Amino acid sequence: REKEREREMLGVWRVATREIFRGAPRGFRYQSQSAIPEGREKAMEQDRKMGSIVPHMEFFDAYANAPISRYRVMDQNGEISPGAEDPKVGKEMAVKMYKDMVRLHIMDGYLYDVQRQGRISFYMTNYGEEASHVGSAAALDSHDTVYGQYRESGVLMWRGFTIQQFMDQCYSNKDDVGKGRQMPVHYGSDKLCFQTISSPLSTQIPQATGYAYALKHSGSQNCVICYFGDGAASEGDFHAALNAAATLEAPVIFFCRNNQYAISTEVQEQYRGDGIASRGTGYGIEAIRVDGNDIWAVYNATKAARRTVVEE
Amino acid sequence: TAVNEALHEALESDGKAVVFGEDVGFGGVFRCTTGLAERFGRDRVFNTPLCEQGIVGFGVGLAAMGHRAIAEVQFADYIFPAMDQLVNEAAKYRYRSGGQWDCGGLTVRAPCGAVGHGGHYHSQSPEAYFTHTPGLKVVVPSGPREAKGLLLASIRDPNPVVFFEPKMMYRTSVEDVPEGDYELPLGEARVVREGSDATLVGWGPQVKVLVAAAKELEETDGAQCEVIDLRTLLPWDYETVCASVSKTGRLVVSHEASFTGGFGAEIAAFVSERCFLRLESPPVRVCGQDTPFPGHAHEPLFLPTQQKVVEAVRSSIGY
Repeated sequence: REKEREREMLGVWRVATREIFRGAPRGFRYQSQSAIPEGREKAMEQDRKMGSIVPHMEFFDAYANAPISRYRVMDQNGEISPGAEDPKVGKEMAVKMYKDMVRLHIMDGYLYDVQRQGRISFYMTNYGEEASHVGSAAALDSHDTVYGQYRESGVLMWRGFTIQQFMDQCYSNKDDVGKGRQMPVHYGSDKLCFQTISSPLSTQIPQATGYAYALKHSGSQNCVICYFGDGAASEGDFHAALNAAATLEAPVIFFCRNNQYAISTEVQEQYRGDGIASRGTGYGIEAIRVDGNDIWAVYNATKAARRTVVEE
Repeated sequence: TAVNEALHEALESDGKAVVFGEDVGFGGVFRCTTGLAERFGRDRVFNTPLCEQGIVGFGVGLAAMGHRAIAEVQFADYIFPAMDQLVNEAAKYRYRSGGQWDCGGLTVRAPCGAVGHGGHYHSQSPEAYFTHTPGLKVVVPSGPREAKGLLLASIRDPNPVVFFEPKMMYRTSVEDVPEGDYELPLGEARVVREGSDATLVGWGPQVKVLVAAAKELEETDGAQCEVIDLRTLLPWDYETVCASVSKTGRLVVSHEASFTGGFGAEIAAFVSERCFLRLESPPVRVCGQDTPFPGHAHEPLFLPTQQKVVEAVRSSIGY
């Protein structure tokens, strides 16, 4: 079915070391009375970072740089657009990507019906987001930890979670690796480095920051990717997590799946800024807006984000 | 301070342990983290942005990766933004994943309790909100020696622990604290004073009050009160308390936190059920009033003072 409205995947973000925001005072050194010259020097340094002094009052236009452009690689026929980078994943990977997306879509079809028939209590489909799941998953290392919200089954599928395992969790049976404790779609797999889903939205985002911090400081070359939706990005945990990731320099990719809706709430009722991508600047985090239906764009952007995040 | 010593031991003995929170870098507003950043470096002892939900959420993730996260919330009064991360996430992390994941390495420390001038937002004892959460452990030390041992045990316990430090004691409590590394067991209460006429149960700053009340009752009434420091509220040592009440026949529970729904209610209900036929009088609770923690002037009226405890024990004995 042709979708008129594009499902944008906003904000594949990467945490970049920002020299300009470094230089947080070494907190345990007090400014003593006799250290006035040093104090003044630091004050001048901080003043320089604050922008020029201007006599005319001007409110910064929130929409001056909006809307952030959308990165897309494929044209409407699936061909690489001029100027765009072809990821050249090779036939084997391309076929796996395609198969996983189709398999996910078909599995969703069954489980949706099964839920409507009352045979399982709950289900969330992944319709329209198959490319964003599989494209990003394929760009990661299999040992990069995934913190998700609840609509990332394509990531799990890519990594090898079997249809049987999906079913076991949805039916809460004794074979479920999660021991049948949670409602459907609350998957988790330590073997596949996929953190168990929890219902409260956005709680995973600051956890992703903490996990990434620990990874970095244990010398690992892996990173964390954290998925969440446009609605979850309104939660305080989102703000908390991004701010902490920037100040503590944690290797985490924040991946917002903006499908324009939070249940029935349209984005116009969710935020008034330029999507989620625009929030990156506020935290000192680089951001990109990507067409989530374009698997090559998602793949390229995730790969680039991962490179930056891990190489810090 | 004892807490500071415990943190030094914790970081020394475990290379994966980190301490973080607001202002911990320079030593903390109560000096609990003095010297840590200098000794262990700013990647192990660091300031976070001002955001409790972020501090605890970050700690959950760090612990999920297998490191030991020692998070500080500056005052227990400010722990509430982190309720979701504690109750819905930390407490359920292992259970909901079928044992695949856990954040047992998380310890959240926060100063609690009355301090004379704290008012509404620097005096609260919020332990009851957390004792109601299966999956967490809740620990409240009653003095420096207890604090060091219990904190080390809490940090090393394979479950997320909320550790409330009575702030009044940072400066006023003077005690001989053993040097070096030692732990005190979680889930085990301490009988501070033995007696056969009544059982007084408390924790944290209230233990001192109970001991003073017991001494007064011995002098004036000749009553011998058994005082129990619960130490761990979740899971609490009901065996020690029930054994004591079976002996004395009387229970008085006392805590600074307000009366209704305070943790004393759980103890009273449990003991009533378990020790019903051995009770000489109904279990009694001497607690803070059912009001927000008041301003300076009304603090003594709010708190479960020695006088109130003595009167309660007296009427219990004379029932």
